[in-house]
Order: sequence, then C-alpha cells, then structure tokens
Amino acid sequence: MWTWLQRIASPPHFYRLAGRLVPWLAVLTTLLVAAGLVGGLGFSPADYQQGDAFRIIFVHVPSAWMSMFIYVVMAIAGAIFLVWNQKVADVLAGASAPIGASFTFLALVTGAVWGKPMWGAWWVWDARLTSELVLLFLYLGIIALRSAIEDRRNAGRAAAVLSLVGVVNIPIIHYSVMWWNTLHQGPTVTKLDSPSIHLSMLIPLLVMALGFKLFYATTVLMRARCDLLSRERESPWAEEASRS
Amino acid sequence: MKSGKKRLALVGVILLGVGAAAALAFTAFRQNMLYFFSPTQVSAGEAPIGHTFRLGGLVETGSLKRHADGLTVDFAITDTAHRVPVTYSGVLPDLFREGQGTVALGKLGPDGRFAADEVLAKHDENYMPPEVADALKTAGAGPAAVTGRTGRLP
Repeated sequence: MWTWLQRIASPPHFYRLAGRLVPWLAVLTTLLVAAGLVGGLGFSPADYQQGDAFRIIFVHVPSAWMSMFIYVVMAIAGAIFLVWNQKVADVLAGASAPIGASFTFLALVTGAVWGKPMWGAWWVWDARLTSELVLLFLYLGIIALRSAIEDRRNAGRAAAVLSLVGVVNIPIIHYSVMWWNTLHQGPTVTKLDSPSIHLSMLIPLLVMALGFKLFYATTVLMRARCDLLSRERESPWAEEASRS
Repeated sequence: MKSGKKRLALVGVILLGVGAAAALAFTAFRQNMLYFFSPTQVSAGEAPIGHTFRLGGLVETGSLKRHADGLTVDFAITDTAHRVPVTYSGVLPDLFREGQGTVALGKLGPDGRFAADEVLAKHDENYMPPEVADALKTAGAGPAAVTGRTGRLP
C-alpha cells in the first residue's frame, strides 16, 4: 500500500495515471449531469409550496456541497504537503482552489436567485449565508496567496496553512442553521432521520451531486497535469511527455 | 533559503487573512448570532424594545387581515407559546401564508404591536409533490408529522 502510494505520488506516474482517467471521468460527468438535469427539470414533480421555482435546488445544493467538499480535500492535500512534502499533493491543492471558489460563487448566486422570489430578499446576513460568503473569501485569499509568493514551495506551504486555518469554517457552515436562528432552513438530506425530501426529487438531486463530484475530479486532474508539467519542465519525463 | 523579511511578510499575510475572515465572521455573527427573536423572547423582554429588530415565527392561522387599501395587512407571529400582533404595509413574498414561517423587521410599539418595515418568508426543509402533501393533509397529519421534522421552530 505504502509503496503503491509513493508510486502514485511520483510526478510522472501521477501525470500518466491522471491522463488515463480524465476521458473516462469526463464521459461519466456528462452522463450524470445530463441525467440529473433531465430528471430534475423534466421528471421530478413541482414542490407543494414553491412550485417549479424549487428546481434551482438541483444546482444550488450540489454546488454548496461541492464548495465545502473541495475545501476539505484542499486542506487535506495541504496538510499532506506540509507534513510529507509531497509535490503532487500541493499541485492538487493548488488546482482545487479555483474550482472550489467557482462552486462557492455558484452556490451564492443560485441562492440569491432562489431567495428573491421565495424569501423576498436577494441577500440576508444570517449565519448560513455569511459563513458561505466567508468561505468564498477564504478561497480567494488562498488563490491570492499562491500567486503572491514567487517560490512555489513557500507558496504551497503558506496556502496550506491558510486552508488549514479556514477549515474551522466548514462545520460552522454546516451547523449554522442548527446553532442559530437563520432565515435559511435546516438541513434536508443530511438529517439523521429520513430525508425530508420526496424520493422523486431526492434521486435527481443525488445524481446531480455525483455528477458535480466527477466534474471536480475531471477538472482538478486536468489542471493538476498542466501545473505538474509546467513545474517539472526541466526534468526528462516532462520533456518526453510534452513531445508525445 | 528565504530571507527573514520575506518570512515576516508571509506570516503577516496569513495573519491578516485569518484576522480579516474571523473579524468578518464574528462581526456578522455578533449582530446576527440570532437572526431573529421569537415571540417568547419578546414577551420575556429579551428583544430590544424601541430599536429595530427581527421577529420570527409562524404566521398564526386565521390571523391574517387585509385593510381596505389592499396593501396594509395585520397578522400575528406565533411560536405556539406566545404571539405578537404585527402590522405591515407593502408587498408580501410569494411564500407568505398562514401557518408558514416568516421573519419581520421592525419596531415594537408601546401597545405591544410590532410595526414591520420588511417581511420575509421562511420555508421549511420539506420538499414533496402537491399530491403527497394533499394525501398527508387528508390523512390528518401535517407534512411535518410524517416526514419526521424535529419540531424545531423555523
């Protein structure tokens, strides 16, 4: 197991493995997102309170989940880089940040678009919305920190430290709707008892969530390959890879 | 090896970033730690009387009355233990209806009536097709009872 992990973590191996995985992941992403959209917009029934307007849930909720999931992945990769000095982990963390920031932005925008007709406000400063906005600022800070420091290794360390500090925000986002009075409603799917969403709506939602996860996997590997190639451009394997 | 100056700058940037994020969070949370007060808190005198605050709860069933001007409405916000009468003049959000959650921003008058400047609707975490909701209603149970809502107030 350990030797296998070390093999994966060597840049040329990772580069080749990621290259082989990307096309499959891309095809699966397309299929799942298409199925989720058709199921969510076409087959899923309208909500008893919100009518067709609730269908934005199929983009809003998976985006919000991804914004937190990618942050945790990025923080773990950062920790691995800090502790074991694995270059591939740093490359993955760096490649994750812009994707995570995009999903956070998407969650905030779709939330605003949903909030205006249903709540009557684009934005309110309740704990859920505010903590998600802080997450966006964390992502932007990490991206800025990376590009502000010339030396790749130092930039990676600094970004890893900041992303580890910011991890404290993830449980705050999740539990904000239980700890404080918020305008945002409580959790629907992740409640310990049965989810408060009808199965005909839950299935497309979960399909979309899986599609979004694979979209992240596809794009993060693509970005990581590019970054790895540019970082290792002096080494023989990179020259060979860029020629072929 | 990086110079001491650079390291210092690095630490500064991290501290600044974390500080800014934390400051933002705590400022926002201090003011909105409770985004709204419940009628029980209001009757216990915990809400800032004479200042603008948010009052949240359910729109009491049967309490909604429209004035002749068509824009002003009277209703009561309840948390099933206490109720506060509210007056509001303006457009109500689509989801505003009796028995549903709402959050109103305004001031409590000396007569105990809450004058709202803004009324937002708060929906719960239940999603289902209308037929299912109807079936639950005819079965005599609210959607909340069947889907296992924790009974927490909105």
